[in-house]
Amino acid sequence: MSTETLTIGKALNLGLRRAMEDDAKVVLMGEDIGKLGGVFRITDGLQKDFGDDRVVDTPLAEAGILGTAVGLAMRGYRPVCEIQFDGFVFPAYNQIVTQVAKIHARSKGTMAMPIVIRIPFGGGIGAVEHHSESPEAYFAHTAGLKVVAVSNPVDAYWGIQQAIAHPDPIVFLEPKRRYWEKAPVDTDATPGPLFASRVVRGGDDVTVLAYGPMVKTALQAAEAAAEEGRSLEVIDLRTVSPLDLDPVYESVRRTGRCVVVHEAPVTLGLGAEIAARVTETCFHSLEAPVLRVGGYDTPYPPSKLEEEYLPDLDRVLDAVDRSMGF
Amino acid sequence: MTALRETTEVVDPVPGADAPHLPQQPDLIQLLTPEGERVEHPDYSVDLSEDELRGLYRDLALVRRWDVEATALQRQGELGIWASLLGQEAAQVGAGRALRDGDMAFPTYREHGVAWTRGVDPLHVMGLFRGVDNGGWDPAATGFNLYTIVIGAQCLHATGYAMGVQRDGAESAVLAFLGDGATSQGEVNEAMIFAASFAAPVVFFCQNNQYAISVPLERQSRVPLYQRAAGFGFPGVRVDGNDVLAVLAVTRAALQAAREGQGPTFIEAFTYRMGAHTTSDDPTRYRLASELEEWKLRDPIARLKVYLSRSGLADQAFFDSVDADGDELAARIRSGTLELADPPGTSMFDHVYAEQTPELAAQRAEFEAYHASFEGGER
Repeated sequence: MSTETLTIGKALNLGLRRAMEDDAKVVLMGEDIGKLGGVFRITDGLQKDFGDDRVVDTPLAEAGILGTAVGLAMRGYRPVCEIQFDGFVFPAYNQIVTQVAKIHARSKGTMAMPIVIRIPFGGGIGAVEHHSESPEAYFAHTAGLKVVAVSNPVDAYWGIQQAIAHPDPIVFLEPKRRYWEKAPVDTDATPGPLFASRVVRGGDDVTVLAYGPMVKTALQAAEAAAEEGRSLEVIDLRTVSPLDLDPVYESVRRTGRCVVVHEAPVTLGLGAEIAARVTETCFHSLEAPVLRVGGYDTPYPPSKLEEEYLPDLDRVLDAVDRSMGF
Repeated sequence: MTALRETTEVVDPVPGADAPHLPQQPDLIQLLTPEGERVEHPDYSVDLSEDELRGLYRDLALVRRWDVEATALQRQGELGIWASLLGQEAAQVGAGRALRDGDMAFPTYREHGVAWTRGVDPLHVMGLFRGVDNGGWDPAATGFNLYTIVIGAQCLHATGYAMGVQRDGAESAVLAFLGDGATSQGEVNEAMIFAASFAAPVVFFCQNNQYAISVPLERQSRVPLYQRAAGFGFPGVRVDGNDVLAVLAVTRAALQAAREGQGPTFIEAFTYRMGAHTTSDDPTRYRLASELEEWKLRDPIARLKVYLSRSGLADQAFFDSVDADGDELAARIRSGTLELADPPGTSMFDHVYAEQTPELAAQRAEFEAYHASFEGGER
């Protein structure tokens, strides 16, 4: 057994390295990912070791990155594209939605698109506009894409390797403000499935759902609630599309209450879909409507306001109170 | 209101003309004049056998016959829509015949002539326009990618594919098709930047047919399109797109340069869409009949026929046999199209993913159960 304490960022770096060692067809593409190692240093040292044909500093053009990745995939490569920040994915949106997502269906299954689109997402880092967004619903709404959001170093290490090995295109969301969070990672372990949610804290009173950066917030809320004698069950969804809600249904049938937390705006966000499905499936078990805690339906605000925009421990607890009050 | 600055160069000005004329020499590469005269060019030549020359005529004539039949089938309600290639046969056949085994072509949705040269069964193309699928041919086996409907998106795919060819160390080239309108797309410009930066073995083949649906070239570009290439740092050439010999020569040379590691070339095939954009379009709303008449004099098939006849390379018996082959092809396309079966409803669920999701599997099951509920039922 080989266990190291790793940050999420370093776990991604090691996971990418291992994926590149395992499969010579893996090619990393992005802006500043070579010599610089990426603006978050996730690809640090990889170009030096694998060469600039496999770690490609591309021209500054996101549609170009995704569009050429499509061509490379058609030629048998497995491109891993880094989008520098969430808000910069939109120039590539056309390629992702009209091409990456649809080519497998268009070709009746003869052309696979094993492309991973890595996006550091979410706020909380005091950045300027376009550096703090949560675009997951756009991609989850697009048939043909799968969307994963990791929350911790273990899932980062294994998840990036599993995503690269997977035959379908995956939007791989990295919780940028948690890049420096540490945990022990057993690099010899057998990882669990990629598209599976996981109960990360057991509880009896309210089921709290989160993914990516909000998992830590939900766990903090559970800790605080416990001090007040309330028992929250926290589920890390881990995969946003497909959604793995069986553990959620099982939990809600016990607790009768459900709160969904994400940074993305509430309206038509993942919470809306989850609330609908939980209601359809667990209607007779619910003691309260499924409540959503998320960003407001505004553009992501200037950073001096982001603490008020982002869900935090108190807003999660407020939703828990409201749920318990029904 | 658009005010042209004095210094702006108007595209290929021809005094007193308001229609797109053939550009002035020496820009235009031509080996066969509209009158059917064989001419030489200092940089480009083709050395074709008599069989090959007759073969090109046969290609052009059969592709046009297919196009005519498809238009008729659409008018009779058997196709949802058809994008006619009428007038662009030489550009497509010349480009397609320049490809070798191992090369890959990335078409738009109008490259029926290229599909023909790659051995794609016309019925697969008909299936797309009838609505039974999105094109059922095998891109790997034919070296011809599926049609891409989003304007210009395939230029990036071609460039990426060419980057893969480079990494494989293969001696192949990639041919990206686009139209004049597509040159305004950001993605097309990004494709040219990537291709140039990585010296990717890709050739951009732009059929300038003068209109993006209704909008004339002048709205897309203030300079002749082939001159755009200079800004990206690779050669741009303009060829008479209605001259199959010149198109073949120019495309062959560009593909060979790409194979040899010399990077991309931009080819502007100067041609004319003699029909509508698609069967849903009405070109009389935006262009003059006189313009069409002018371009009919430059017909790509007529000039080759004149050349073959005058030079004794083909006789009436040959042309009659091609006509007969065309009628046979048209009959096969007609009957084959009518026989194309509607796909089963469940098929829409089956290839969304390589690895089916539980969510979609459940929707598929619901769909089946819903439809099964009507069998022998009240409704």
